[in-house]
Amino acid sequence: MIEFLQQLINGISLGAIYALIALGYTMVYGVLRFINFAHSDVFMLGAFVGYYAVKKLGVPVGGLAGGLLVLCLAMSICAIVGILIERLAYRPLRSRPTLSVLITAIGVSLLLQNLGQSVFGANPKAFPRLFPETNLHLGQLSITSNQLLVIAVSLVLLAGLHFIVHRTKTGTAMRALSFNATASSLVGINNDRIISFTFGLGSALAGAGGILYAMNYPSIDPLMGTMPGLKAFVAAVLGGVGSLPGAALGGLLIGLIETFVAGTGWSTYRDAVAFAILILILLLRPAGLLGKSRSDKV
Amino acid sequence: MNRSPFHPSTFGSLFAAVCLSLAGCKPADTGGTSKDAGSGTGSGANPGKIRVGEYASLTGSEAAFGQSSHKGTQLAFEEINKSGGVLGRQIEHLVEDTQSKQGESATISKKFISRDKIVALLGEVASGRSLEAAPTCQAAGIPMISPSSTNPKVTEMGDYIFRVCFTDPFQGRLLSEFARKTLKAQRVAILSDTASAYSVGLAKFFKDPFMAGGGQIVLEQKYSSKDKDFKAQLTAIKAVNPDAICVPGYYTEAGLIVAQARQLGILVPIFGGDGWEAPQLIEIAGGKALENTYYSTHYSSENSDPLVQAFVAAFKARFNGETPDAMAALGYDSAKVLIDAIKRAGSTEGPKLRDAIAATKDFPCITGRTTLDASRNASKAAVILTVKDNKFKYVETVSP
Repeated sequence: MIEFLQQLINGISLGAIYALIALGYTMVYGVLRFINFAHSDVFMLGAFVGYYAVKKLGVPVGGLAGGLLVLCLAMSICAIVGILIERLAYRPLRSRPTLSVLITAIGVSLLLQNLGQSVFGANPKAFPRLFPETNLHLGQLSITSNQLLVIAVSLVLLAGLHFIVHRTKTGTAMRALSFNATASSLVGINNDRIISFTFGLGSALAGAGGILYAMNYPSIDPLMGTMPGLKAFVAAVLGGVGSLPGAALGGLLIGLIETFVAGTGWSTYRDAVAFAILILILLLRPAGLLGKSRSDKV
Repeated sequence: MNRSPFHPSTFGSLFAAVCLSLAGCKPADTGGTSKDAGSGTGSGANPGKIRVGEYASLTGSEAAFGQSSHKGTQLAFEEINKSGGVLGRQIEHLVEDTQSKQGESATISKKFISRDKIVALLGEVASGRSLEAAPTCQAAGIPMISPSSTNPKVTEMGDYIFRVCFTDPFQGRLLSEFARKTLKAQRVAILSDTASAYSVGLAKFFKDPFMAGGGQIVLEQKYSSKDKDFKAQLTAIKAVNPDAICVPGYYTEAGLIVAQARQLGILVPIFGGDGWEAPQLIEIAGGKALENTYYSTHYSSENSDPLVQAFVAAFKARFNGETPDAMAALGYDSAKVLIDAIKRAGSTEGPKLRDAIAATKDFPCITGRTTLDASRNASKAAVILTVKDNKFKYVETVSP
């Protein structure tokens, strides 16, 4: 029983990170109807911004303020990078078939990975400790303050996103754009501005995800985004790509499934199970678990 | 309909990329051969430089190993060149990076042999990658000396393949004795890397003698290289409450495993093999988590032997005060054994050089006196290290 509860905690904290990345995938998909494969590399960039902020700029860490500063810095730099990627790589292809944009996204992803290897170096680096860390023990169960932080930040960002999408003017515009881009520009919405905003927001989430991931698994390298990015993609599809609660649910499920598969001695099949789920979902329920109702889409 | 054009076009562009890179290689190739004509390997008539190749993981997940090993080798060749070279000829040290990737080593060894005409090849640290390059060297009759690949299969690839380090069966036996006698552990759990030949081998070579000696393996869990989250496996291990945990992997994962085990409240000793030997282990895991962990390795820089101390001093002087680790010492040793063999052979021809390397006996290496046995393996002592106050500390020496 203790073991089961401990695995549940492990699974939820892993799932929270996948959920955070999946939110970014799903938001961009909701508005533009294409998967931004460079998302997982913006995630990597977030972790490296954190690393260099501490190592080169000397942001003091170990306290709450320093850690939050690094988190905000990573989010804002990633937002800028996301907006730049959209403007330089995707906007010129806006009128082309989605396929061209998709292939460009793969190109941008490879560009960022290889640029990362030549600029940051291909060696794994040890990520500094940003926040004060403690292990909390409840009887035989244990959870680290980092795991709690990840879950908390994911919940806050999910609520914030929900608020932005459903309660603000920009959010209304995002939803209008996702229904019909021509009609939304006819009623006076600046589509370019809204798309830039969506990319900025999605990339900021990726940046936050990168920092949180690196805090839990403090060894970072330029290819670190690939695996979590793929898992988050599976999570987004599982939950129903385009649906915000779906992405969160999908992330959580993937995290839990992986943890329980690995914990029962089948650890080598962990990734295989995650991708088998993707295939099953695409065959049986292409819209995903929560992706059915259109009005839920961003 | 939307999807069908996707596949052909990606393959098309991939194909184009491959063609481009192949085309890019061609002119460089011809340039290389024309340059080669001048120096050549020489069968005695040509007093050009002696070309020795080295392939190492200078970048990627085992970069700490490759970098250290490379620095050791570089230092050895610089020293010999400064003292007038060998057989009156200088040594030209050619280096290629395997990027810690599978598949690179075979390509590199082929290039070294066919284009650069090397007389011998040094490398790799990782057993999996040494196994990739060994068949090429064996087929071409070019001796290869691995500084620190411990998997027994490496030298079984043929009579041109040597190593200057101990092997995993020895290391596994040593770890099992250490676990039973020093740690007093009866029930041990193993967490090994299924994606690395080194880890799978060492896990087996630990398990067999440990069980033969009356110990019990209570749980075996697996992970694969580049995994970051081990909490699921560790939680399962915690549930069976072992006396100690054996983690026969490389430092990148071992560091994360130790940190996550301590977070889960697993305080029992954790131990592994020479794959742990890297300063990054402490950076990743944090010094506090590493207390009560142990690993076996080839040498300790705290050894008071004048030969070791002279090497440590020379290494520090050459590389900004950096203390050489076991990989650096083995990289240095592999070059020294090769130079000694070239001297004794009086030639750089493959068969003669092979016989000379095979005859290496009681050669004074930094990692201990080295004799190569009939199966081309070195038999020598090992040391056990631990971590105290963010530093590696010497525990004990174990002889074969």
